[in-house]
Amino acid sequence: MDASNKTNLEPYTVGELSGALKRTIETEFGQVRVRGEISRAKRLPSGHIYFSLKDETAVIEAVIWRSSVPRLATQPEDGTEVIATGKLTTYGARSQYQLIVEALELAGEGALLKQIEERKKRLAAEGLFDPARKKPLPSLPTVIGVVTSASGAVIRDILHRLEDRFPRRVLVWPVAVQGAGSAEQIAAAIRGFNALPIDGEVPRPDVLIVARGGGSLEDLMAFNEEIVVRAAADSAIPLISAVGHETDTTLIDFASDRRAPTPTAAAEFAVPVRADLLARVREIGGRLDATAMRGLEQQRTHLTALSRGLVHPRQLVEGAWQRVDDLLDRLSRCAQVAVPNRLRDVEQLGRRLRSPAELLKERSGTLDLWTHRLQAGATRLAERKEADVERWGALLESLSYRRVLDRGYALVRDGQGVPVTQANDARGALTIEFKDGVVQAAAGIAPKRKRDGEPKDQAGLF
Amino acid sequence: MATPAPTSPIPADIAALSFEDALAELERIVRQVEEGRAKLDDAIAAYERGVLLKRHCEAKLKDAQARIEQIALASDGSAQTRPFSDG
Repeated sequence: MDASNKTNLEPYTVGELSGALKRTIETEFGQVRVRGEISRAKRLPSGHIYFSLKDETAVIEAVIWRSSVPRLATQPEDGTEVIATGKLTTYGARSQYQLIVEALELAGEGALLKQIEERKKRLAAEGLFDPARKKPLPSLPTVIGVVTSASGAVIRDILHRLEDRFPRRVLVWPVAVQGAGSAEQIAAAIRGFNALPIDGEVPRPDVLIVARGGGSLEDLMAFNEEIVVRAAADSAIPLISAVGHETDTTLIDFASDRRAPTPTAAAEFAVPVRADLLARVREIGGRLDATAMRGLEQQRTHLTALSRGLVHPRQLVEGAWQRVDDLLDRLSRCAQVAVPNRLRDVEQLGRRLRSPAELLKERSGTLDLWTHRLQAGATRLAERKEADVERWGALLESLSYRRVLDRGYALVRDGQGVPVTQANDARGALTIEFKDGVVQAAAGIAPKRKRDGEPKDQAGLF
Repeated sequence: MATPAPTSPIPADIAALSFEDALAELERIVRQVEEGRAKLDDAIAAYERGVLLKRHCEAKLKDAQARIEQIALASDGSAQTRPFSDG
């Protein structure tokens, strides 16, 4: 058997085997993505870059041709974790296979975050995250579209919370939320809901929820993909994003109209609580009834009050008659009472009125009496004054210096006629008055004599 | 008062209103009637419209049925619905 097998098997040449391996490998692994850590990277003078890609269990050789180098997103560095995209080929001369790398991207959380941040800046610069683009959510949607995985807790959480608050028609567009093709599916679902005709067989939702449960950064990467972010930003239907946990933020959250921290919260944003709304409508309806009734009642009261002011014409005439009667009555009472009163007043006044002749006669009698008394008084006064004059004249005479002259004294006057009462004042021409006449004299003609007993207080009389 | 009969149909212009628009108009009418400055005819007309708006709002709220469907794309790419199946 062995011998026959050997004989039946055509032997390859080395070159043939090598060529067969090359064809098999290149056909089977025409395009691959490989994740691994770069080691022994070296750039040769030719411009090509050679390195090894390794993980814990294996190593594969890789090369980047010079022509691909300028297009690399990141340059190979030892120790960096990357995802290399390219094709496998063999190097027959040394019985080796190797990866021809056409694209190189960083793997690992830090690298992903950096990539996301750069994408975020670029899309923000385009205006995809502008607040002005945000659409308000409808307060009560009729149909809610949900883009998420058809299995798992997320869709159940959303449906339960909708049921609690306000049961609605819900259209679920099932998608893969991670892994290959997930971003494309999510974007297609968002655009698909928007593409539904308004009056079509399948109702177009009033609001969309794009949701996914928590996961690693890489699990959530589909919601960072540009195709998803653009679909969310382009959505004409208001869109709520709810991806991961509250602390996770993906780029779709910036493009959505509202970001919900969890899928349950997204359901709360989508619909109000029906019981609250019913209570509100009833409260407002009650106010409408109450105020309408009260308004009518007020009008009715007002009307009643006004109608009291409307009286029958007969009442008006009767009232006028009564008024006339009253006036007539008052008039006649005036005639009966007021006229006699006036007459009496006239009589009284008449009695108090006296004739001028009578008044004149009375006044002249009074005048005579007073005239008489005045004359008598005047006479008495004149007589009394006369006696007074005599008495005072006599007294005056008795006190006059002439009475002193009668008694033998003389009065000396100076040239001006002023009485001289001291010897020192007797100078020049003097006049001396005696009882019976005046004698001119001059001082100093006769020798000075001092005469005792001559009354010095002669002038004291005056 | 000419209250609309509970069975009278809701006019098309009200039926076309969204819940929030109908509620907003109802609130506006109530405030207007509460202020009491409207003419009697206007107040009665406003009341009648308010009653219809309230019925429309209530009808919108009573229409609360959960209906869960899932989108299925037909071979020509058009969307169809079928009952939602979890998983």
